[in-house]
Amino acid sequence: MFLTASLYVALAIFGLALIYKVSTWFRFKIGIESTQISTPKRFFAAVKGILSTLFSARILTLLKVFLLDVLLQFRILKEDTLRWVMHICIYAGFFLLLFMHALDKYITVAIWKNYYSTINPFMFLRDLFGVLVIIGVAIAIYRRFILKVPRLFSKAMDIYAIILVAVIMLSGIFLEATKMIAYSDYQRMVNEYSGLSDPQELKALEAYWVKEFGTVSPNLRGPFDEKTLAQGKDLHQSSCAECHARPQWAFAGYGTAKVIRPIGLGIDQARLPSILWYIHILACFVGLAYLPFSKMFHIFTSALSLLANSVMEKGKSSPANIATRQALELDACTHCGTCSLRCSVIMAFEEIKNMNIFPSEKIASIKALASGKELSAGELKHIQEGVYLCTNCYRCTVVCPVGINLQDLWFNVRETLLQKGYPEFFALSPLSFYRGLMREETVQKDYEKPLIRAREAIASQCDLMKRKEKVLPLTPADRPLQSGLNLSAQAKTFSVCFGCQTCTTVCPVVSNYENPQEVLGLLPHQIMHAAGLGLRDLAFGSNMLWDCLTCYQCQEQCPQGVSVTDVLYELKNLAIKHVREKAL
Amino acid sequence: MEYALFLGCNIPARLNQYETSARAVLEKLGVGWVDIREFNCCGYPLRNIDFKVFLLSSARNLALAEKKNLDVMALCKCCYGSLKKADYLMKENVSLKKEVNGTLEKEGLKYEGRIEVKHLLSVLHKEIGIEAIKGKMAMTFKGLRIATHYGCHALRPSQVVGFDDPVAPSLFDQLVEATGAESVDWPMRLECCGAPLWGINDRLSMDLTLKKLADGKKSGADYVCAACPYCHIQFDKVQKMILSQTNVNHPLPSILYTQLLGLSLGIDKKILGLEMNEISISGIEELLVKEPELTEQKELAEKKEPKKETESTKQ
Repeated sequence: MFLTASLYVALAIFGLALIYKVSTWFRFKIGIESTQISTPKRFFAAVKGILSTLFSARILTLLKVFLLDVLLQFRILKEDTLRWVMHICIYAGFFLLLFMHALDKYITVAIWKNYYSTINPFMFLRDLFGVLVIIGVAIAIYRRFILKVPRLFSKAMDIYAIILVAVIMLSGIFLEATKMIAYSDYQRMVNEYSGLSDPQELKALEAYWVKEFGTVSPNLRGPFDEKTLAQGKDLHQSSCAECHARPQWAFAGYGTAKVIRPIGLGIDQARLPSILWYIHILACFVGLAYLPFSKMFHIFTSALSLLANSVMEKGKSSPANIATRQALELDACTHCGTCSLRCSVIMAFEEIKNMNIFPSEKIASIKALASGKELSAGELKHIQEGVYLCTNCYRCTVVCPVGINLQDLWFNVRETLLQKGYPEFFALSPLSFYRGLMREETVQKDYEKPLIRAREAIASQCDLMKRKEKVLPLTPADRPLQSGLNLSAQAKTFSVCFGCQTCTTVCPVVSNYENPQEVLGLLPHQIMHAAGLGLRDLAFGSNMLWDCLTCYQCQEQCPQGVSVTDVLYELKNLAIKHVREKAL
Repeated sequence: MEYALFLGCNIPARLNQYETSARAVLEKLGVGWVDIREFNCCGYPLRNIDFKVFLLSSARNLALAEKKNLDVMALCKCCYGSLKKADYLMKENVSLKKEVNGTLEKEGLKYEGRIEVKHLLSVLHKEIGIEAIKGKMAMTFKGLRIATHYGCHALRPSQVVGFDDPVAPSLFDQLVEATGAESVDWPMRLECCGAPLWGINDRLSMDLTLKKLADGKKSGADYVCAACPYCHIQFDKVQKMILSQTNVNHPLPSILYTQLLGLSLGIDKKILGLEMNEISISGIEELLVKEPELTEQKELAEKKEPKKETESTKQ
């Protein structure tokens, strides 16, 4: 009764959560375009898209992907063999147990009419599958905590999943082991199935089970004489063997039973088998109810992500379906860390401590963002910086074992956040090259806004630049600026500048304008001067700094050997550091 | 001759034809390479943001190559310039080196400066040599005029990169001319392509690109030729974007050097990815001619070879 009620509660939670989760795929908005599309529209577009795919040649692509990537998980194999072994062990073992053991009444019986959990091959297979899962879990623990795979971050969610699977499997094996040694279970079977009543026969059978199968009897303890055992064997053959294979076949349980046999009587008296049974069943129910909230939800979503991405293409698929797919992808992420392992810019984290640099960690932040949750300005700025710090090398997308198109996700989130109005200083770097190439896919009228905003945010910090009448002190205004420009040994060289203006003369940016100072502010030789005088505001506030091509013409041609371009680089670094710290 | 092939971020993501054509050309010329999956960004786009991030990124790549005892061969001029700069700093500045290696140590890496960083073009020019390349030509170009684009970060700062004479370079011209094409003399050949500002200040970037391309055209070039993904994308995709917005109608199409060389080495145009360029370069194939002398010699050589084979099989 209690268990039935628990099952229904678990099923109800699972069902409701599933409905809720699926609804978020049609409700959560990622990207500017998605805000224009209503939930019903997205739902009907999905139905239409799925039907039109199923009744087209693309079904072949789906079948191929289902076989290779969903079932055999070739994408994981391509990345890492150990990981593939780990995942196949857990996933194959778990599913086979689910179908053959947990749902035996519905599935196994339907296929094999004379199914009994105690006969072979089922008894052996149950243990085999269980051991597979345990091996997988052991590899998972080894990878996370001993091998310490780089940039594989363990969140509570990951640890819960490991614990839950381990509890289900270990409780199952211990349950089997305790039942093997428990005398009361033995007696129950004898009463139910043997039909024996002669005390001599009962004793002989019991002796045989104690000797051969490790039952711990309170009455009998070996050694037994040959005759009794022979009689017991005959009785076993006629009464038990037909429906009960030798317990040795359940090797994991039998091995465990051997270890715990010395305390066998106590185990039976404490009714440990029934306690373990409750733990085993309830852990399964907890797993079922928790599944839609856990990373195990990827059992469904990863398959969907792989299938959807195999037949969808930006530009061809309807924007409504892409919006839905992107929301689904957030649930498909298993937090496996492959993207972070292969990410091109991970070294940035050594200096810029923002977890959102790691693709695997960005996903969680984006989930919060897409759900429409109120995020603080600080959080938004951190996510924005994380998605901007990306060379758009597509590696994360190529390696994602569940086929998430991370690149498109970053692009959409980037554009959405950039329009929120927080200046993104990293936009003033060649990381923006990709955004420039994708210019036609951004909201045209807003394309330049983030760039202007970043420049203005920096200029607004430079008071001296804004003043028309500049009264300069005779002593260097900012000594820390000068000493700060020493990251690379070459950058200190500006002090030998004698103002010949060669750098400015050869600069292709300067010569692009008729009146360069009006557009660029200070010109290269003036910036060298400003740096020499420690006039931070003048150096930081000039457009010239951000319009530098880094073509090194100035540096190459400087007669004094001033590392003009390198100094400009370092001024940019200092300016960004200065404004970024204030902004975050 | 084996190198750690450094593709960087742009090529695999946006310029697949550079990768396939480069691999095909290297194979034909007998240059071996190793792909190191752990390579990360060269640091170039991060240099505006944070010097340390740039240096760490770059040095990590160098350390990975050094671990395998391989010189690095970059296909991108900006990767080349960044890796060179990092290599230079790691060799020059002991305290920086110590700091960087301290961070790299977390992954069991360190860079001692025992390897060299090279660009594909320097490998072709210095390790293989113009004559050897000419010896492998299946066909040569006749009447093809190329505006050879060197790329800033390969040439400058010359003290760091040492690619070629920064004022009067000839390495790339020689490589272009090895294919039979004429490398035209154009005043702006050493100027920037404009790519570093694309996405930051599009108007300025566009001005510089158009100016440069117009100069190439005026100097009689049919194509501009680059050996860098940034430069090529700027001359190809970005030029196309610019032209759609302005009234300049006649583009100067860009061809990657590995495509140009690949064609004359007789590599299949599908592998060279000619059709993947945004501005069509298919017309260039019409300028390929089989040199009669060259083919005759080859045919003779081929005739001799089978005989040798049959003799050896008899033995």
